[in-house]
Amino acid sequence: MGETITVTVNGTAHTAEVEPRTLLVHFLREQLNLTGTHIGCDTSTCGCCTVHLDGDAVLSCSTLAVQCDGREVRTVEGLQAADGTLHPIQQAFHENHGLQCGYCTPGMMMAAVGIIEQQPNATDEEIRDALEGNLCRCTGYQNIVASIRAAADQMARS
Amino acid sequence: MIPSTLEYTKASSIDEAVAAVAAGAVPLSGGQSLMPMMRLRLAAPHAIVDLSGIPELVGICEDEDEIAVGAMTIHREVAASQLIREHAGLVADAAGGIGSPQVRNRGTIGGSLGHADPHSDMPATLIAAGASVIAKGPNGERRILVEDLITTYLTTTLEPGEIITQVRIPKSDDHSAYAKFHRRAIDWTVVGVGVCIGDDGVRAAATGVADKPVRLTAFEAVLNGGGSLDDAIAKVAEGIEPHAGLDGSAEYKKHLLGVLARKAHAEASSR
Repeated sequence: MGETITVTVNGTAHTAEVEPRTLLVHFLREQLNLTGTHIGCDTSTCGCCTVHLDGDAVLSCSTLAVQCDGREVRTVEGLQAADGTLHPIQQAFHENHGLQCGYCTPGMMMAAVGIIEQQPNATDEEIRDALEGNLCRCTGYQNIVASIRAAADQMARS
Repeated sequence: MIPSTLEYTKASSIDEAVAAVAAGAVPLSGGQSLMPMMRLRLAAPHAIVDLSGIPELVGICEDEDEIAVGAMTIHREVAASQLIREHAGLVADAAGGIGSPQVRNRGTIGGSLGHADPHSDMPATLIAAGASVIAKGPNGERRILVEDLITTYLTTTLEPGEIITQVRIPKSDDHSAYAKFHRRAIDWTVVGVGVCIGDDGVRAAATGVADKPVRLTAFEAVLNGGGSLDDAIAKVAEGIEPHAGLDGSAEYKKHLLGVLARKAHAEASSR
């Protein structure tokens, strides 16, 4: 029943056998032990499981692992540089208190990187619009938007 | 939850996909409707065929009269297409408002039509725009008006083995817009209305008010007969009996129809 797939995750190629029904999020968390990607809602509503597939922000709970064969996935673990330097979005969430309980944070940051890449000059209103697929149950949106604003400015400068 | 056990194949051509679907596999396009249903076990296909490896199903091009949108073209591309914005602005409006950026990065125009959810944004706008789909099956290819495609909840007139390969949108100079109401960001559309205003009259269609997207024929008739917008709005729900649900009563949805028809009409007129 198993399918052999090779997926490049955060720059490293992983070859593994998966059941066809395995969701990308389960493959990442349970087979690769990359537990930074969270499972929130099971209904494609919360955005906690957001990762990048070939550069696009997608929901890893709504994608099969087999569909990622031969493709590149980036998770929250792949944001930080090899030398431990935080990605500007991580630094900005840290400095602007962009998280409270932290559960939505990996998905928020992956969505945020997607927003900044697609709309580098997004206004605060556009950032809020683009976050429609990510829920923060602590309702910490003010600081999340401030963090994304700060990271976008930082990334535009560098 | 975890989907139930299934066989997976990835088609590399339309013919291969048609053969798999004819043999009983369920086509998987962007997976933004089917995957959640599989996770909740509302759907448990024994086999799925992934359409993402068929290059000719992706992309937007034009001929003299129509825009041809590959069925696997994602909502983000439809929303960003200048060609669609120019000739069928309401379709771009709808595509840009579906789900969230994550959903628009995966969900496809063909998948949205084939899934036939009565609250989808895309089918109503394509009906108002007079669009058709090209369906390919074991017996060849045929063209179906989107208006004739969806019959009721999650049900289409596609024959066994047929898949949607292309959506064809007439090129027009119509001024058009889509207006919808949903309770929270990313939530299902409660009611949505698409309006096209052209030299040959007004066409309008709505989602969320029946078991399928519907033409707003009474609204169209008043405007096309020279009546006022107020009179058209007063008749917009004629012949329509929305289902009451957790998202609102029938009366409330009829009220939304009027509000949104006015909003879409105003936006279309201003373009």
